[in-house]
Formats: sequence, structure tokens, C-alpha cells
Amino acid sequence: MSTLYPVTVTVNGSPVTRHVEARLSLSDFLRQELELTGTHVGCEQGVCGACTVRLDGRITRSCLVFAVQADGGEIETVEGLSDNGEIDDLQTAFHERNALQCGYCTPGMLITANELLKKNPSASRAEIREELSGNYCRCTGYHAIVDAVETTGRQRQGGAK
Amino acid sequence: MKAPSFDYVKVQSLPELLGVLVERGDDAKIIAGGQSLVPTLNMRLSAPEILIDINGLEELKGIAVADGYLRIGALTRHYELGRSDEVAAHAPLLAQALPHIAHEAIRSRGTFGGSIANADPAAELPACLLALRGRLVIAGQNGERTVDVADFFHGLYETAIEPEEVLVAAEIPVLGGGERAAFDELVMRHGDYAIVGLAAMAKADGEILSDVRLSFFSVEGKPVLAAAAADAVNGKPLNEEVLQAAQAALENDLDPLSDLYNTAATKLHLARVLTGRVLSKLASGGA
Amino acid sequence: MSDNSTLSELDRPNSYIGRSVPRPNIRRLLEGRGTYTDDIVLPRMAHVAFHRSPHAHAMIKSINSEAAAQVPGVIRIVTGRELAEVMTPWVGVLSHLAGMKSAPQHAIAVNQVCWQGEAVAAVVAENRAVAEDGVELIEVEYDELPVVADMETALDEGTHVIHPELGDNLIFQRELDVGDVDAAFAEADEVVEETYRFGRHTGVTTEPRIIIADYEPAEDNLTVYLSSQAPHMMKNLYAKHLDMEEDKVRVICKDVGGSFGIKVHTYADEMATVALSKLLKRPVKFLADRLESFVTDIHARDHRVKIRLGIKKDGTITGMEFDDLTGVGPYSMYPRTSGIEANQVVVLTGGPYTFKNYRAKATVVALNLNLMCQYRAVGHPIACAIAEGIVDDAARAIGMDPAEVRRKNLIPDDAYPYIANSGLTYEKLSHHQCLDKLLEMMDYDGLRQEQAELREKGVYRGIGLASMIEVTNPSPMFYGAGGAFISAQDGVTVRMDHNGGVTASTSITEQGQGADAITAQIVASSVGVDIEKVRVVSGDTEVTPYGGGTWASRATGIGGEAALRAGKQLRQNIKVIAGAMLQAEPDTLDVQGGTVVDIDTGKERLALSEVGRVVYFRGDTLPKDLQPELVVSRHYVPKEFPFTFTNGIQAFHVEVDTDTGFVKLLKCWVVEDCGTVINPQLVDGQIRGGVIQGVGGAMLEHCIYDDNGQLQNANMADYMVPMAVEMPDIEIAHCSSPTKDSELGAKGAGEAGTCGAPGAVMNAINDALSPLSAKVNNMPFTPEKVLKALGKV
Repeated sequence: MSTLYPVTVTVNGSPVTRHVEARLSLSDFLRQELELTGTHVGCEQGVCGACTVRLDGRITRSCLVFAVQADGGEIETVEGLSDNGEIDDLQTAFHERNALQCGYCTPGMLITANELLKKNPSASRAEIREELSGNYCRCTGYHAIVDAVETTGRQRQGGAK
Repeated sequence: MKAPSFDYVKVQSLPELLGVLVERGDDAKIIAGGQSLVPTLNMRLSAPEILIDINGLEELKGIAVADGYLRIGALTRHYELGRSDEVAAHAPLLAQALPHIAHEAIRSRGTFGGSIANADPAAELPACLLALRGRLVIAGQNGERTVDVADFFHGLYETAIEPEEVLVAAEIPVLGGGERAAFDELVMRHGDYAIVGLAAMAKADGEILSDVRLSFFSVEGKPVLAAAAADAVNGKPLNEEVLQAAQAALENDLDPLSDLYNTAATKLHLARVLTGRVLSKLASGGA
Repeated sequence: MSDNSTLSELDRPNSYIGRSVPRPNIRRLLEGRGTYTDDIVLPRMAHVAFHRSPHAHAMIKSINSEAAAQVPGVIRIVTGRELAEVMTPWVGVLSHLAGMKSAPQHAIAVNQVCWQGEAVAAVVAENRAVAEDGVELIEVEYDELPVVADMETALDEGTHVIHPELGDNLIFQRELDVGDVDAAFAEADEVVEETYRFGRHTGVTTEPRIIIADYEPAEDNLTVYLSSQAPHMMKNLYAKHLDMEEDKVRVICKDVGGSFGIKVHTYADEMATVALSKLLKRPVKFLADRLESFVTDIHARDHRVKIRLGIKKDGTITGMEFDDLTGVGPYSMYPRTSGIEANQVVVLTGGPYTFKNYRAKATVVALNLNLMCQYRAVGHPIACAIAEGIVDDAARAIGMDPAEVRRKNLIPDDAYPYIANSGLTYEKLSHHQCLDKLLEMMDYDGLRQEQAELREKGVYRGIGLASMIEVTNPSPMFYGAGGAFISAQDGVTVRMDHNGGVTASTSITEQGQGADAITAQIVASSVGVDIEKVRVVSGDTEVTPYGGGTWASRATGIGGEAALRAGKQLRQNIKVIAGAMLQAEPDTLDVQGGTVVDIDTGKERLALSEVGRVVYFRGDTLPKDLQPELVVSRHYVPKEFPFTFTNGIQAFHVEVDTDTGFVKLLKCWVVEDCGTVINPQLVDGQIRGGVIQGVGGAMLEHCIYDDNGQLQNANMADYMVPMAVEMPDIEIAHCSSPTKDSELGAKGAGEAGTCGAPGAVMNAINDALSPLSAKVNNMPFTPEKVLKALGKV
């Protein structure tokens, strides 16, 4: 049996400790050890973006970090961001605009889009497309996603004024 | 697609790292940002016995200016590079290159030093460093040594770093008076590795460029300076004739490797197009 | 929205039909609370990984699994020979595709491996990582065989025959000769010809293929959790090849992370997983990881077509002929076969036009490459691109605007029913209406003017049009007639509970396209309740009616009609019960908004919850001769036509950088006629999603094989699909010609976008390049191909 390493992380605000193999990716750690299955795995090579989470405040591909490396870190997943309401407006816009079909890319897409809107709520359609260009969606053709992100950005700007 | 089994150690100091490197030698792999390494592990293209995590090494962090050099710690994340005022002021070429590197979530974690040490021929930062005439600070058992970038990249994924050494930082001469930077690349999709990319520096006096450095990436096994093309431009007012001479001279500078989608001839052609665009940018004030 | 006289059932008070209702039941997907198959964990669940052949063609000499068996956590290693004792092989042919042949395919290769990536041994372990550790240690000795990788030479004398017992590498051939093509060409002022090539590509579902098979030996039950489009088809096939009673098999599809035709086939590794579960008597899970998916998910579209078209100076097309060659895998895919795609090219090419002289030939050959089969829009993108490409060539040859040539040749809107060259009948299409709408929407004349002005400045923009027809709502003539147990009918059961809530279980399946949503909309409308009161159950063979599932743009047209009929009957039953309770004639009542009302005045008479309370708890108060039935099932199968054709037209606007060969897609417009639109937003979503997959094939996506049958770009970084930046905005408008074969009138819309996009993109690029006398014809149109066309490299 391979060596097990202790990992203590704060996930969606709650501290958790597990003992895992060094080779366990953060995405598999979240999905298998913590049963947070909202983080999806699509390629395991950092390309598709479905596994995007927030690690220590930065959006990160959880398939490209080993769980042991996240030790001591703070992780936020789509479940946590749903529970605390941070992305509620974006979720509502995605729903109303049908900016998701199969939903597999959606958690990563929401987390990435939220990051963009935090920096630049007035992002143009071209800027939105650029920022989302690391997240695969095979269903929507992106148009509806861009619509939903644009709409949410406008709402957030309005709210800030 | 799960990584093979390996041991893991997160080192806390440079001496500890060097000690582990000596002890475990060829069986070890250093992980910094991991954005290139982890995919190769997941695909089992690499199977180290031990992964040495250097993310805790304070010695490898930070951006500072001293003695006419901009020093960038190897563990500087791409996003930190992108938002650094020092980098923007003293090495604007890097700031220009940065948005072209993958995507935000990759830039969160990917490191400057990792990109340099990995020496992917398609990576942007090694080519920038070459154009910037930087030097690399490498630590080993016998202390630190400095290697000029011209001697650093040896070939495909090969550098001057010895197995028991680690890259500590890069030092880049701060932007001189009249120096300009320009960067461009041709990619099939935004954020992908380039078909051909060009990082360029020059001194500009009106429309006359001198000390031109055209550093190509994604063309050969390592970043390459197009000396003949630069010669064709140096000291002359940039006009159509000079541009064409520079583009023609690339034949002597570049020996492109074909890739899955592009022949060597296409790459040479695209390198010429980029040369025209980047030189024009330099002559008109850079970016 | 539509012709009211024929759609009264759709225009009931508070109807949801035709409204962009947000999909119910997807907030959970937005919060990461869906249940994809990979999220399911069963007790004692083991994980399988496969040792896969590195060779495209070889005999297996020996397999040494000793070292692998020693890995802690490895449970069992199984070879093809052992598995063949549990599972019988299959042959992917359909009897109505005359002359088709293929060899028996095993779940795991027994003697011979026929493509790179074919499974050779299975390692079952406690977790996936350990299974992969075992796979690495398996040693297989191979005797390499000649690799057949080139479709052009696959039938040549001297080319190795992949399955010697079949005699040659020919899988299927189809010819059609209508009218007098030679005379048509003689009569033409110009005969244009071109050869088009289409790169092999694949679906790249974001969620990879995944299956969990749970065989329970005590009762001989098999439960399979599968990311799939057609659970009933798979249930039949598992039983058949495991020699089980079909009633003992249950297939459950939870949330599916994209399918696009990828997840409607019988994959060898999935069959192996089911057999392993039976062998090991415990649940076994297999996920085709991204490296595996590229070498095992079906590929599609690898075609070379030589086409000729005759045209008169006045723009009249006189005739067309083409020769299509396609290289599929070493086996015809089971059970839908690898012949349908080529057959569709023969049936559909030039379908929007009136010319009557048509000669088509398609040849399907076996190659030692991954299997090809039906992927979204099956054959349509090829049929559409070759016809639309050659029509544009013809327009250039006679100096006529491409829109005008289409106007001249598209079947008139009043010519229906119309019998096509294929012999199939178009019930009602709207080509001219769609063309007019498109040209207006895109400001065609304005764009042409802008194009001319920009050309003066050395900016090369192009406009490409692609008219299309699409096969939807297939009848049993598609598969059933060929002997496959692939149901063309669908069923819906609706049930009203005591509180007035309605549950609808349907045999169509949810892939994200909104099958559950349109079922809810239709049921809510036809029963007469708020959509919030409707729950939809799909994707479980145990609890839904038997049916086809989701493929060939059929779910809404067929399953939707079944939902309508079931809902209507439930409403009728409610009216009878309420009539008894109110002592009123049922026909004087209606159900609206969850309440029984007077049909004339709308006056509220009785809440459905009151009807439910009486039926379920106080049946004693109802007349003795009234047996209340609040559960109704209805089914539907298209009868009038073998296929319900739809039509539409697409346009792309592009800019070509003639220095770099890069093409920027500036904008896309689509006008689509899919009959009755249930939910405009969902239809638009289908079209846009279809367009991106068509654009992928035109611009980026390509499974690149070398001469040895080795896939060169089998990972997500090297196989490129369009991302947000590469896609333009896509503007959509609709025309509506409902089918009269159903009361709903809905035709399919799932594949139209994919059908038209490649041709429209190609035409736009060639329009941009036309002043430079350059032309591209080989998809995907990479910068290098454009540069070559321009003579720059």
C-alpha cells in the first residue's frame, strides 16, 4: 500500500482532514473523499475547465493540483458558492437564459464567469468570450452563456451604482 | 488516467531541497505550479518516485529591482507577473506576453520559473527572456551560479539546470532608454500554444531601429534569436524594403520543425508575417 | 405562433406550448447537485481499466498478467478469451441495407486487434488508479499485421483484407440513379466539378462515456447505470449478449453530460464492463477517460466526395452526380451500423433543389482505425456541404449571385407534398420563406456592399449560404425494418395524484437538450395544470414506457406527441370524474390551471386536489359504474412518412487574413423550420449547439491518423474544438410548417445546426477567397490549408 499523507483543508468554510495517497488529485479528493460531486472531471489535463474551483481565493484547475499540495489551503466549490449565495444571480441568469444544457461544464463555467465579473462587471461580449475560453462547453455554442454573463454583469453594475 | 504512485515531500528551505535532490537524484521531480507536470503525470508519461513540492520556498519568491536588474523569483505565479508594476515598468515584454499564456485558472498557479525550467519550445516566457537578455540564477550544492540566457536553453525541454540544481530566479536588465518591446503570436485558439510566436525588443530612434532582438518560439526545439533578420533591420529606417529583407533573411535564421497541423514551410511563412507585424509595432512605438 | 385552425389542442388557455419556459429541474445542475453516473457509488463497486492495443492491426500471441495480478488492490484480470465465455460477439449489420457485411466483434479482442485502442485485457481493481497500475504491468506479445489506413486503396487488389473471411474490405455500397444525368450535363451550359474532403472527427462529450454495471446473482438481476441516449435499446442488447432474460435487466440513465450521438452505440468496453460484473458478481464501473475516449468514442465524417453539377446560364441546375468514399472502422458499429452515414449522403444531397437528374454512389470500406458511426446530424453535414459548395461553384461559373441561384432552384413553397430524388416525400417545407427571412435578417445586400468596399482596402470578407433539409422523427423504416430492436415509437404515462400533481414518465431521454422540459410543458398544457405541478421521470427502463430515446431529432416530435395524447386523455378522464361529482356533462367542463372549470365561462368549479381526494380516499361517493382512471399511457409512432423532413438555411460571414490564412467567423444566421416550436429558447439552444459542432468539423476538429493507424492527437489539447472566442454570435429566426402526421406538429431540431454549418462556413471562406482565385475544399480549414489555397506555402 502506498504511503498516505494527511491533508487538512478548509472546504466551503468547514475544516476537514483526510489521509490520502500523494497521487490523488484535488478534484478526485473533492469528489471521492468529500463527496462534493459538483466539481466535474472532463480531461484530467487542465484543458476543459470543468474541474475549476477556487483555491486560496484564485480560480484553479483542481485536476492539476494534488490534494496533498492543497494542505492548509482554503477551497471553495460550486456547492459552497451556491450555499453562500455568491453566484446566485449568475445561476439565475444561466437558468433563465438556458445557458446550460447538459450541465457538466456549468460549475466550472460559473466559477470562471464569476471571477471575470468580480474584476470587470462591464466586460464586453468579446472580453467575456476571451475570459471563458479555457472552459469547454459542447452543448450551447456559448452564445447563451455570453448572454447570461453579460446580463449578470449589467445587474451587478447597476447594483453597485 | 490517474498518476502513478509516488512519494511526496514539501520542502521548507533551499538547503533542504538541495539535500533531497542529492539523496533522491534521478528519481525525483520538482513540482512548482505543476500546470505542465501534472498532465504528464496523469497521462503516465512521467513516473517519478518522489515529487518534491517547492511551493513553500520563500527564497524563490518575489519581484524586485536592484543594480539595474529586475529579479523575478522562480515561484512567481503568472498572475503575479501580470499585475506587477515593476514588471510592467521594467520588462513590458513580459507584461505583453502574459495574457497569451493559457487561461486565468492556469495563470493562477503556473509559475515563471516553471515555464523557464520546463523549456517547452512553444512557451512564451523562455522566448521573452531570450529577447530580454536575461540571466538565470541557479542554486546547487556549491551555491548559486548565474547562466546567461544565451547559454541556458539547450534543446527540447533541456536546459543548463543540472539534476541536483534548482532555478531560483531570473534577472533581466531593466528597460533602457529608447528600448521598446513587442509581442505577437499566432494561435489556432485563444490561449493555446502558438503555431509561431515572436517576442521582440529593440532600441528605437524615430523610425530607426537598432539592437533588434527577434526571439521566436514554437519554431525550433528551443527559442531562437533571428540574427540575420535583425541585421537586416538594425540602423535603418523601417520601410517596406527593409521589412522584406528581414523577412527574407529569416530563411537563414530559422529551421522550423513541422507540427501536427503545420509544415516547416508554413511556419517559416508565418514567422515572416509575424516579423513584419512585430517590427512595424516596434517602429511605431511598441505597445 | 402557428396555424390556429390545426393546432387547437396547442392553443388551450394557459398553454405552455410555444413559450420559452425556463427548464424545470435544472437549478440542481447549476448548484452542482446533479447526479451524473460518475457520482454514483455502489457497495462493493470495483473499477475496471483496460490494457489497449498500441497497434492498429496485430495478432495477439500471448498475454502475461502475472506482474499485474500481484499489484495490491487488483481484483481480477480478464482476457478476451475468458470474457467470450460470458458474452457473445455481435455483428453490426442491418438487413435493409442490402449487401452490408461486417465481422463478429468481441467485447475484448480474442485473437486479433483491429484498431489502436481496442481492449486486449481488463484489470478490475479496488479503484481506478490501481487498475491503471495493473494495466501498465500487463505484457502482451503481438504479431503485427499490415495496417489498412487509407480508404482510397482499401479495396485495391493486394491490400490486406482485415477480416479474410469476408473476402474484401467492402462494408457497404449504395447507388442511386434517377432521371438522365448524362443528358442533364449535355444540356447544361456549365458543368462544374470538385472533390471535397471531410476530416474524421468525434463528439467530445464533456462528460466521458461512463457505465456502472451491477449484476446481482441471487435473483439474476442486472442493473446498469449508463450515460446514454437509448436505455431500452441497451437493455435489450445486454440481455441478448449475456444470454439473460431481458426482464431481468434494468438500465438507468441519470444526468447525462452531453451525448450528441456518441452515447447511442454499443461500445465494446462498456459491454465488457457488464460482462465483468456478471463474472465477478459485483458492481463494476468503467469510465472512458479522455485518452481512451479519443480512441474509442465513435468517430464520424471521414469522407471524400467527387461531385459534378450541371447548370444553365439562367441558373437552372440540370443535374448532379457524385461518388462518395468513406473509410469506417474495422467493424461496422453495432447495432446502428457504420453504413447509415454514407446512405444519408446518398439520400439527402441536393435535397432542397428541384433538379430531377441525380446519380449518387457511396462506398463504405473497412479500415484499421477507430470505428465510425452516427454522430449528430449523421451524413447531413457532408450532403449539405458538397451540394452547397458545388452550387456556389456553379453560381460563380455563370456569374450569378449565390442567393439568386438558390431562389431559382429551391423547391417552391407551394409544391408540397413533393417527392424527392431519393423517392422520399417531403410533407411541407418552406425553403423560400426561410431564404427571404434569412437575407432580410442578415441584411444580405448591405453585407455584399460592405464586402465590395472592404475588398478595395485589401480586407477579404465572405458570405456563405447553405440551404438544407434534415431527416427527423424517423419511423420504423430507419432501423426497425432492418431487424434492429431500436424502437421508433415512444410512450408517456401520466398520473395524477390526490393533490392534483401530475407525474409524467416518458421513454424519451434527457441529454440536456430539454426533453424533460418539453414533456412538462406539453403535459401541463394538455392536462391543464401549472407546469410547477408536473414532474417528469425519464431514463429508467423499469419505470418508463418502452421507447426509442433520444436520437435522429426524434424526442420532441415523437415523445412529445405521446405526451400530448396521454395528457389529453387524462384531462378527459378528469372531466368524466368531475362531471359525476358536479352532476355536469363532461363536455361542458375543462381543466385549466389545476382547476376544473366551465368550458364556456371559465368559472371555477372544482380543484383537482378535490377530484384527487375523492378518487383516492372517498371512491365510495362516486357512482358505482364509474371506475376513475387517473393514470393514462399513450404511445406514438410516425406512420404517414418514413421520415419527417425539416428545412432551413444558414449563413456565415467570415474574414480571411490572407497573410496568415486565419479565418475569423464574424457572425452566423440561421432560419429553421421545425414545425411547431414547443420552447423557442430550447430550439435556439439546439441550433446554436449544433452550429458549433458543425463549425468544429469545418475549422478545427480532426482525428489525425498516420499511415500506421496511430491517432496523433488523442488528447484534449491537440484535438481542437471551438471555444468561446472562436465562435461568433448566432442569430436565429423560425418559420413553421407543422407536420400533420401528429397533432403536436413538431418536427426535430437537434441536428439542423450541425447540418448546415460546415457548408456555410466553407462557402463563406471561398466567397472571401474568390477574387484571389483561391478555394478550399478539405475540412478542417486550418490556416495552412488556406495558405496553400492562396499559393503562399
